[in-house]
Order: sequence, then structure tokens, then C-alpha cells
Amino acid sequence: MDRNVALWVAVAAFAAGVSWKISAWFRGGLDPAARRIGAWSRAGAAIRGIASTVASARAVTLLRSLVLDVLLQRRLLRESAARWLAHMAMFVAFAALVLMHALGRVLTARIFPSYEPTLDPFLFLRALFGAVLLVGWAAASWRRLAARDPRRNTRPSDSYALAIVGLVLLSGVLLEAVKVGSWSRFRSMAMEYADPSEEAALAAYWTGQMGTVAPRPLAGGALAARGREIHEASCATCHSAPSSGFVGWALAAALRPAAPRLDAAGAPRLLWSVHFFACLVGLAYLPFSKMFHAVTAPLSLLSNAVVRRGKADPANVATKQMLELDACTHCCACSAHCSMAPASDVFGNAGVLPSEKISALRALASGRDLAPGQLRTLQQGVCLCTSCDRCTVACPSGIDLLGLWTSAKEALLARGEPEYSLLSPLSMRRALASDAIDPAAYRDAVERPRRAIAARSGAAALEDRAVALSPGDGRLWAALQGIPDAGTVGSCFGCKTCTTACPVVREHADPQQALGLLPHQIAYAARLGLSGLVLGSRMLWDCLGCYRCQELCPQGVGVTEVVYRLKNLAIAEAAREGARAGRSA
Amino acid sequence: MNRLAIMRCCATAPVLEPYETATDALLSKLGIGVVDLDFNCCGYPLRNSRFDAWVRSSARNLALAERASLDLVTVCACCYGSLKQADHLLRTDGALREETNGALRGERLRCSGGARVRHLLEVLREDVGVERLRALRKRSFAGLAVACHYGCHLLRPSAVVRFDDPACPSILDELVEATGARSVEWGAKLDCCGSPVSGVNDELSARLGERKLESAREGGAGVLCVVCPYCWLQLDRARQARAARGEDAIPIVLVHQLLGLSLGIEPRALGLRGEGPLVPAAPAIGGARHG
Repeated sequence: MDRNVALWVAVAAFAAGVSWKISAWFRGGLDPAARRIGAWSRAGAAIRGIASTVASARAVTLLRSLVLDVLLQRRLLRESAARWLAHMAMFVAFAALVLMHALGRVLTARIFPSYEPTLDPFLFLRALFGAVLLVGWAAASWRRLAARDPRRNTRPSDSYALAIVGLVLLSGVLLEAVKVGSWSRFRSMAMEYADPSEEAALAAYWTGQMGTVAPRPLAGGALAARGREIHEASCATCHSAPSSGFVGWALAAALRPAAPRLDAAGAPRLLWSVHFFACLVGLAYLPFSKMFHAVTAPLSLLSNAVVRRGKADPANVATKQMLELDACTHCCACSAHCSMAPASDVFGNAGVLPSEKISALRALASGRDLAPGQLRTLQQGVCLCTSCDRCTVACPSGIDLLGLWTSAKEALLARGEPEYSLLSPLSMRRALASDAIDPAAYRDAVERPRRAIAARSGAAALEDRAVALSPGDGRLWAALQGIPDAGTVGSCFGCKTCTTACPVVREHADPQQALGLLPHQIAYAARLGLSGLVLGSRMLWDCLGCYRCQELCPQGVGVTEVVYRLKNLAIAEAAREGARAGRSA
Repeated sequence: MNRLAIMRCCATAPVLEPYETATDALLSKLGIGVVDLDFNCCGYPLRNSRFDAWVRSSARNLALAERASLDLVTVCACCYGSLKQADHLLRTDGALREETNGALRGERLRCSGGARVRHLLEVLREDVGVERLRALRKRSFAGLAVACHYGCHLLRPSAVVRFDDPACPSILDELVEATGARSVEWGAKLDCCGSPVSGVNDELSARLGERKLESAREGGAGVLCVVCPYCWLQLDRARQARAARGEDAIPIVLVHQLLGLSLGIEPRALGLRGEGPLVPAAPAIGGARHG
């Protein structure tokens, strides 16, 4: 393919990709209400927001963040000095190579009219930046591929990013090395710039001083001295000593024995094609790869420097969140600090870890359909969260991750699937923020798991009736024995001390009516193995876990531990049933 | 004095900045060094859902402290109770310990019972001492009547936590009185603040919270003193609800703030909004930054 055509195709693909991505920022949103606002109004709100920020004192904050967060990447430095060094190496070197080398003819030549890539200082700088990039890339690859960490998951998108940078980098270095030794390149340059009568002398000089490897040994001596004069007159304006390009030069020295064969096999041309087309592929696919963070991470850092939680226009929050989802590089710094990481292992849901939620959230925010199983995993992932905010604090891209979970949580809960983790102190943060949630949706989400549990245990009817004592549920008994202190339930003789001490019972005029079973009845019914009655009791979810009952029990029954165990069982059984129903649906 | 591995409760970081500010200011004033060991959640909020998720979460923290050979100090009653109970289970139940350690092996962590879990109040009383706090006092709160609220999980189950006398605790009262203030008797002193069912049964939760405030006021208290972020969030919310209805509501203060002020720390450094005598303290107490 003609290289110019290929170049323009890649540039066009890149431009189309970027436009598509940017338009998606204004179309999508985690909150369905935001998706209904309309892209043009969202774009308008964004422009107004940016304009009012830039025109206010917050412009100083923005400038400060540009220097400290974007250019100096202090958030990454806080996270890890080693990662900062590696990333800084890649960031500086890559930017320099793009500006000086890739855009050499377009940019550098305009600023320095004498620019030639093979001339110092450009030759030397290219090698220097190449070496720095190589070190950064090697460190990043080592972290991804060799350094094992259970909280760092490597996905194909991570491997792709390393592979494409590596391909461009290594093909470039190799190309330099092969060109140094290439006899055919020397011949074609000699034909173009020197008189045919001068070629032998020039060859003597270039093979002696410039690294060119001739297929047959050449005569040296006086011929080389003459070649030096011709070189200075015809070649030196474009060619500094190739040793300045120390990376390629060193590799060329190593490849010297193989140079004639490589040259004859067309290696320079082949490597050039690999290097050039790898760059084009990288460019064309960039908006859809995580390398897009070069655009989105700065935007995320800058917007979060000036946007205050709970203060911004909801339209702009939705747009910012879309941008943030694109700014995640899946570096997993968030997951390294996640306070729910051990729970992620126990629940067997990697989606509890912040870094592992982002791709599903992207799909959710863009309105794509997720499978019921994926939605369930995601719902549990955003709900099994203490809202400790440590992920947000750790994120090197400055993403307000807690904000993402909070927005997604209500949207997911509104689907109607019971979320059992809501029946726990994890709901306190939701209660504190309840002013921002629709009251009916707020109440419904927490009532749903209670209803699902009650329906499953068939305990809706608690009027006076005869209950068959036999056969009792042996599994209930066994489950209680499995937990230290809960096994003491066998000692209960029904004295009601626990019920008398219970602050929840005290709050009700007719506690039996309000709570179902009272604490002493729970203990006693559990002892009898009446699992339906016990697991369906509303008392379980109103229990505070304050331990007053257990503290006072004359029989040493771990009443509170029994209740905790019963809650675990009720949730496990209802969740299992729900998953089964979900599969068969 | 040894350094302490401080466990900042998940509930403090995003919504209760003054809690962390006041803790740090007080500890630094007393010359107590702290380290952050990247602890995770203590597991308390998972107890309703899964026993093993709770134990695993607590165990990882215990193992981190054990590896660093540092005392694990909590600033939260629920973290304290949760860690103490898990520690007790892991010490006494060999099978549970082996299973848990098997899961921690991936991070080269291990619980062998070498961790010591303490609440900040224990550090203040045992390592600093009430006498020394009284001697260091720069400002007396004589005349201030304080209702001391311990929080359930500091006291119960007493057989495991062994913090103080569960029926008649005194550690917090003594620390509060070291500032010159007077600790009052009040009926609901040992009751739950209601936070565990916040978001699960909001009516019940709010009633329990307000019941405590009423009781403290009936006891003649000018402020209610807490030592746990859950209690603080919950009781401050109850205070706001009462204030919104135009009812009398006493301010909630953290013991770190009271002690800090009496040691001469600037109010701002304690997360308090501004200067001003603590009596009447309402405007000086930094409330929760919700949202």
C-alpha cells in the first residue's frame, strides 16, 4: 500500500474514533436519567461549566492541577515511586519521540531548518529517548507479566498496549541497527549523492568509520583518507557519526556478523514496514485502546480538580463519569487498596474490586445489554463497598471512583433484583445520602431482599397455629453447630432474659406483631430446627447486634452469634434460590 | 513508646474528615507515632452476610499487624469488637485458623495469634495515663456536663473483648473528667446508637438515636461524647433531625476533640470549625460532611 494512503487512512480512523468517543461522553451515563437529557444539552452544559471555571478563580486550581497532576503526575508518585519512574520515562520519551521523530518533517524541520534525523543532536536524542522508553517499557512489562499480584489482573487490553508500544519501539531500534550496517543503503545513498568514481573511497571510509558492512573485504589505507574528504564534502551535512545513536549503534555492533545476510534478505525495508505500520495501527486503534488515557486521564484529573461532589450540574457529572470510564488504564492501584478485597475472594466475585468493575460499567453506561449474570455480579460488586473512598484517593488518573459506584448502584438496584448486602451496616452510607435518592426507590430496594427472604421461608403467616415439631430441620441445627458460640443454642430454656434486654423489642408496643419472632423464640425455634419460622422472622433484620441479650443470658447462649448465623443462612438460601430462578428464566 | 499501627475506620475517610484530623492532632500532641499499614475493612459490615467474609477481612488486618510487630489500634468501636472477636476465634479454633491462613498465603500473610488489638481509649489510659493528661491540661472544662457513650462493641460481648466493666464502664468517664468536665449519669448510657440498622430500618434507627439524645439531655448533659465514627454519624444525624424540628439537641463531640482542646490544641487542628468555648458548644463541633 502506498505509505501516504496508509497514513491518511490511519489518521482518518483515529479522527473518527476520537469523535465517536467524545460524542459518547455526551450520550451515555450510569444514571438512566442522564441518558435522557440529550447530547446537545449535555454539551452545552459542559461548555458553560468550562467557561465559568476558566473565568473564575478556579482557573488557578486548574493550572496548578495541570502542572502537578498532569505533567508531574504526583498522584502516581504518591502511589509508587517505582511506577512513577517507569511511567514518567515512557511519558517523556514517548512524547519526545512523537514530536521530534514521528512529526520530524512536520514539526522539528520547521523549527530547526537544518533538521535531519541522522544528524546530531537529533540522532543522539532519538537514541536517548529510545533508551529511556525501553527502560520504562521493560519495567511496565515486568510489572504486568512477571511480578505476580493477586489484586492485579491482566486483560487482553493491557497486553495489547504493551505489545503495540513494544512493537513500535523494538522494530525502530532494530531498524536503526540494520540500517547502520546496510551495504545496500550505503550504495543507494552513494549513487544519489556522490560521483561513481568516488564510491570506492567513500566505501572504504564508511566501512571503517560509519559501521557499514561490505559483503566482501575492501581495500583501506589511502583510499579511506580520500573517502573522508568526500564524506565531509557530500555526506556530513546529513550524517553525524552513527555512534551518537548509541542504542542502534550498539545493536549494530552485535549484529555485525549477520549484517550482509540481513541486508540481502531485505531486512531494512521489512523492519521499516513493521515500524511504520505498527505506528499506524497504534494510531488508528488508539481511541479504543487504553492508550487513549493520554487524552482522557489529563481531562479526568483536571475536571476532578475543580468539580466538587454533590455541587456540580447532574448533566456535567454524567459527562464527567463517561470521560472517567475512558480514563481508567486498568492499572489496579485502586484494587491494591480496596477495603473489600478479602470479601472479593470469599464471595468469589472479582467484580468487588474497583478495577474489575470498570469494563462492565462502561457497557452499562453506554446502554449496551449485559447478561443477567453479569448484571448480578456488577450489582453485588458496587454494593459490597464500604464507601471508604480509598480507590478514589489511589487512582493515578484522578477518577472519582466512589462517585461511579454510587451512581451505578441506584441504577442497578432499580432493575428489581434483590440485593442482600443492603441488609447490613453497608447501607448506612446509602441512608446518609438518601436525600438524593427517589424515596420510593430507596425504600423498595431495601424492602426487596427482606421480602424475598420472607417469601422463601414461607413465614408470612405467623398467626396462632400448630407447628409440626417433627421432623425439625436437621440442617439448621448442623449449621449452628458449625459456628463457635452459635452451637450454645441447645442450652436455651426459654427464660426470655434476651427478649427483656433487647432494645429493639422495647421500641414496639406489640413486638410480636412487628418483629415476628422475639429473641427467645428465635433461639428456641432454632433449637427445634423450625427453619421456616426462624429464617423468615423480621427480627433478624432489625437486630442491632448490640450483644445485650448475649451478655445477660444466664445459660451462656451466644444469642447474638445465633442471630448472625441465622442471617447468613437466610441470605445464602434466598440468594441461591434467586440465582437458580435467574438461570432457568 | 512503641509506634502503633493505626486502623482508620472505612466510615471516617469520606464523610468524617474531622475524625481523622482530630485523631492525628491528639496523637501527635502526645508524641505517639502511628503507621498506616494499608488495612482493609475489619469485616464488621459483612457479618450479616457471611461469617467467612468477616473473619477473612479481620484476619488479614491481624496478620498485617502481626507481620509488622505493631499493636493494631482502632478508633472505632465496631472495628474493635469485630477484630477482637475474630482474633479470639482464630486463636481458639484451629481449623478456622488453618483455613484462613491458607487463603492469606497468597499475600505471604499469616495469623498466629501474635497481634494485639487495642482501642485508642486503651492507649490513652494505659500508655499516656489519666494523671498525665490531667497534668498536661492547658484548659479546664470545669462546669461542662458530658454524657459518655461507649458504643456496644467496646463493651460487649465482655467475655471476649474484655475492655471494661460491661455494666459499669469507667475508662471514657475518667478520660473525660481529666479535662475538668463532669461525666453525668444517664439512663441510655449503655444502649445502642441505632446505626447498625441505618439504611435497613430507618424509622427504628432514628428512634434509637433520638432516644439516646433525650436520655443524655435528661441526665443534664451539655454534650454527648463518642468514641466511634458509626455512633458519631448516627447520633449527629439524630441531632440534626431534632434541631430541624426545633427541638433541643445537644452537640456530639469526639473524645479526641475534648481532650485535644484541653491539651491546648487549636480547634481547627481538631476538625472543629472555629474558636470558642465548648460551653455552649454547638457551633464549635464539626458535623458530618454528608454526601
